[in-house]
Amino acid sequence: MNYRKKLAIAAIAILLSLGGIRVVTAQGKTLIIYSGRNENLIAPVIDKARQELGLDIEVRYGDTAELAIALLEEGRNSRADLFFAQDAGALGAMAQARRTMPIPQPLLNQVDARFRSRNGQWMGISGRARVLDYNTRLVQRNQLPKNVWELTDPKWRGKIGWAPTNGSFQSFITAMRSTAGDDRTLEWLRAMKDNGTVVYPNNSTILEALGRGEVHLGLTNNYYLSRFTSENPNFPVAHHYMAGDIGSMINVAGVAIMDTTDQKGDAEKFIEYLLKPESQEYFAQQTSEYPLISGVEPPAKQIPISQINPPNIDLSNLADLAGTMSLLEQAGVL
Amino acid sequence: MKSTKQGKAIAQIGKRLEQWVRASKPLGQGSGPPGFLVAAGSITAVAIALPLIYLLIRAAGAGFEEVWTLLSRPRTLEVLVHSAGLAAVVTLVSALICLPLAFLTERTDLPGRRFWAVATTLPLAVPSYVGSFALIAAFGPRGSWLQLLLEPLGVDSLPSIYGWFGAILALTLFTYPYLLIALRSGLQGIDPAIEEASRTLGNNAWSTFWQVTLPQLRPSLVAGGLLVALYSLRDFGTPSLMRFDSFTRVIFIQYRSSFNRNSAAVLSLVLVALLLVILAMEYRVRTGAAYYSTSSSGSRTPTRIPLGGWKWPAIAFCTIITTLGLVLPLAVTLFWLWRGLNAGKIPPDVLTTSFNSILASGLSAIIATLFALPVAILSVRFPGRITTVIERLTYIGFGLPGIVVALSLVFIGANYLPALYQTLPMLVFAYLVLFLPQSVGTIRSSLLQVNPQLEESARTLGRTPWQTLGEITLPLVSPGVLGGAVLVFLTAIKELPATMLLAPIGFKTLATQIWQATEDVQFTDAAAASLTLLLVSAGSTLVLLGRKSR
Repeated sequence: MNYRKKLAIAAIAILLSLGGIRVVTAQGKTLIIYSGRNENLIAPVIDKARQELGLDIEVRYGDTAELAIALLEEGRNSRADLFFAQDAGALGAMAQARRTMPIPQPLLNQVDARFRSRNGQWMGISGRARVLDYNTRLVQRNQLPKNVWELTDPKWRGKIGWAPTNGSFQSFITAMRSTAGDDRTLEWLRAMKDNGTVVYPNNSTILEALGRGEVHLGLTNNYYLSRFTSENPNFPVAHHYMAGDIGSMINVAGVAIMDTTDQKGDAEKFIEYLLKPESQEYFAQQTSEYPLISGVEPPAKQIPISQINPPNIDLSNLADLAGTMSLLEQAGVL
Repeated sequence: MKSTKQGKAIAQIGKRLEQWVRASKPLGQGSGPPGFLVAAGSITAVAIALPLIYLLIRAAGAGFEEVWTLLSRPRTLEVLVHSAGLAAVVTLVSALICLPLAFLTERTDLPGRRFWAVATTLPLAVPSYVGSFALIAAFGPRGSWLQLLLEPLGVDSLPSIYGWFGAILALTLFTYPYLLIALRSGLQGIDPAIEEASRTLGNNAWSTFWQVTLPQLRPSLVAGGLLVALYSLRDFGTPSLMRFDSFTRVIFIQYRSSFNRNSAAVLSLVLVALLLVILAMEYRVRTGAAYYSTSSSGSRTPTRIPLGGWKWPAIAFCTIITTLGLVLPLAVTLFWLWRGLNAGKIPPDVLTTSFNSILASGLSAIIATLFALPVAILSVRFPGRITTVIERLTYIGFGLPGIVVALSLVFIGANYLPALYQTLPMLVFAYLVLFLPQSVGTIRSSLLQVNPQLEESARTLGRTPWQTLGEITLPLVSPGVLGGAVLVFLTAIKELPATMLLAPIGFKTLATQIWQATEDVQFTDAAAASLTLLLVSAGSTLVLLGRKSR
């Protein structure tokens, strides 16, 4: 018992002191970033920013949507200065909850108006295209559809994978609504469901299923495939861009400055750093994403944004998102 | 003729034994529980029930119309029934697996008993998302190991693993050890004299098991089964990978796609309602009766039953379970690691993350034990309305998806405990909220097997309640205490959402490392971290089993 007691007291003492240290270091001049972007992808950029800007940066990594909800729950007491999200929907949710502050115009202006909030509450840092991936052993190039509307053809029955709970899929549906209208979108969703389209939890599980040949086609994002092929060069999946079609729209990953920040200046410096050509080149080369400033080459083996010609929609309009959710529910897809 | 007569006689002996075992009633009802126990228990229960308060606040934020739309949707009920059904089937199948496993490894001369005891407990160390991944890689309809193996025979695709079958298979394989650990501490706590008496009176091993051992195992069976059921209800990884439409998925859609905290809270409260029904059912099923002998002979080694020809089927059974629950995930993980290393990948640093994982989970295990003891003692020694409520309340956190509990503590921590928010104590507290009942349940079952007359005598002889606790109760319930601590450790080390949102900034654990790697499709990194997680968990299980074997 004595031993047990001592152990408990020691443990609690350690806990409290560790906790105390944390509280001390977390305050002060630290730029705190909540990052829904993956550590493996983003940590190199942040490390360089630390060195070059001389900033003390700390990052909490997590799932974009979960971090967004956590930021809402933290409310006025949030310590976060900057939110780096994987999709525009989460940034829009922050802006809608009035938790963001405007980003200075000179920074906003570096990025095409399509890829940032209309009132400057957030901005895109890198772009990612929607794409149709296919299993190269099961599908011939010349059989591939020219647009997403052909996917409801009975010849693809039970052979397509999608991820209706995924943020970028939902942006794609929002885009489809803005170009084709709600009725036609709902019709398409229902036809896809009736055609036995297979539901996966996220994009990487679609890619895995494609690799095994469980499905022949998959509606996904452009930057997943390269990671599979880097570990398994024989991975039998390839991209198919449906140029000019809504199925190849552009989503963004981006940032918002939180209204609770006490490091506004540093947050802006960090955003400026992300928009530098060297950072944008990193995204193009290392994460297969599209640079959003002009003058930087797009990722290899991918058609440029100008050729994809995506529709002009407000990526983060939450009213639109609610409409999309309601359509997905009506179609019985969610 | 002769055999039925014998059967009746055996049944009678069984009944008499049971009466003998139940003979003494728990003492102390008149005197009331000591103040420090009630205080400790109440504080624990209130702290653990914090998520419930948060859910009520959030649900109140949803308009009446919104609540009604959510609740009246046929889909809400349909999915709730799915989840309840899943929990029920997984619990039943787990019981069918665990009773033989526990009995074989504790009571028979099964060759390699120690080995099987460890190997069949270890699937608990496999995070269900890693395990489900492995099952799909091995048995998926197309391109899986099994299908590629059978392809030369013309098998183009296997029956789909997705849906009910896959969800039941995966959840059973990676949660049955809850029940197994409970049953084994139960078996260890049974006074061997009772079983010996039964055999001396002419019962064979089989009828001794059914009529003497099994009734005594009822508290363990029910406590372990409850953990399996609640885990199946709260899990998100397996249902989503197995494409099973579970209630947790509906809650996640509210959070992840709509950023709607209020609707998510309303749905979580529906889950709490189901949880309360399950807790009430468990309360009715478990008996208030205590199973203990009048002596304190718990330290005697039971005689082992010779298996004879049954040895081979028994070994085959253990092998199948271990292969599916442990070897398969291990093989898939090793394959990824091997393939990645071959492709020139450098394995990640797992030392820091392992240390962090062990620190946070280890502290949680110790502290959970300290807080679970008063709750368990109250509920066993001083059964009553209040103590029941205290004990039941501790299960709320365990029945809710991790993300719901994590967000509730984000809300409470950031706004009311800013000094502790996102510190290690906060993370440990989150683990307590999530996993305390594992410890409460196992200690409770052990305590039911300790004769309160021993404690009563100690008190009569002038020992204080503290001394009695330290010198009499704790040593006797040590199998339950250790079992509970290991359970908390093994589950906390796998926990993801709470770790990501509540850990100190930059505090990475093996679980968050696995998550980051799978999100980024870095199989090599995911495999290295999973393997380390398995090894650490295996080590802790060995410590437990090593200390227990006498």
